[in-house]
Amino acid sequence: MDNLGYLFAAYTLIWIGLCVLVFDIMRKQKKNRQEIETLKDKIEK
Amino acid sequence: MRRRTLIAFGISAVMIIVALVMVFIVCPTEATMGNIQRIFYFHVPVAWNAFFSFFVTFVFGIVYLKTRNPKYDFIAESSAKIGLVFATLILLTGMIWAKPIWGVWWTWDARLTSSLVMWLIYLAYFIIRSYISEEEKKYRFGSIIGIVGFIDIPIVALSIQLAPTTHPKAMIFNDGLHGTMLLTLLLSIAAMFAVYFLFMFLYYDLRTDEYEIARMKKRLLKEND
Repeated sequence: MDNLGYLFAAYTLIWIGLCVLVFDIMRKQKKNRQEIETLKDKIEK
Repeated sequence: MRRRTLIAFGISAVMIIVALVMVFIVCPTEATMGNIQRIFYFHVPVAWNAFFSFFVTFVFGIVYLKTRNPKYDFIAESSAKIGLVFATLILLTGMIWAKPIWGVWWTWDARLTSSLVMWLIYLAYFIIRSYISEEEKKYRFGSIIGIVGFIDIPIVALSIQLAPTTHPKAMIFNDGLHGTMLLTLLLSIAAMFAVYFLFMFLYYDLRTDEYEIARMKKRLLKEND
């Protein structure tokens, strides 16, 4: 009674899910930083 | 990526690798359930971290209401986000574990139902916040929901002691885990705490940047008027 498919599914779900989330946040952070720089330039002008 | 996030990323990666080696290579196979029991080494740490995340939301909700400093709401909100992610993983990994052992994906017993209620409470936390446009009001309502919602956490934690349930009882405090299995569980818990701090830095920085953008846009709008 090993049910390795279920075990694989659970661990894949956890780690792929968390990795996708980390990269999604990093992508949003990069976009925000660019927007901050653009706004800073506009304010300084 | 900021320096502290980079450090948290490195620590998390190393701890996750160590925990995975322990879970899949070092730790012996459990006699009754077989290999599927290895889900336990992440299902339980994810649950502990979800409780911890909601506790942080609870504490910083109180701190926000006392100080009215938005940065405390950002910490509370970031922690609630991590808690909701972890709560989702508790439910999903629990269902994947339940199917081969209980024969069903879901059953309405005390632990599972109270966990689902916990998930719904924190989902509501974000839905309600998203409907409030006024910043101060959003922080205030968020803090109140974060404080009141925390009532469900002791119910989830104690449900296996207080109500008849098919969910296994807590083994770590009852001398039910020994040697390598206990060490594996503790290492997995530590790895998940490292992941918690990594996400906390990521979400907090994201939230402060969004706040800064909103502030700058307001300033530009005022200057143009």
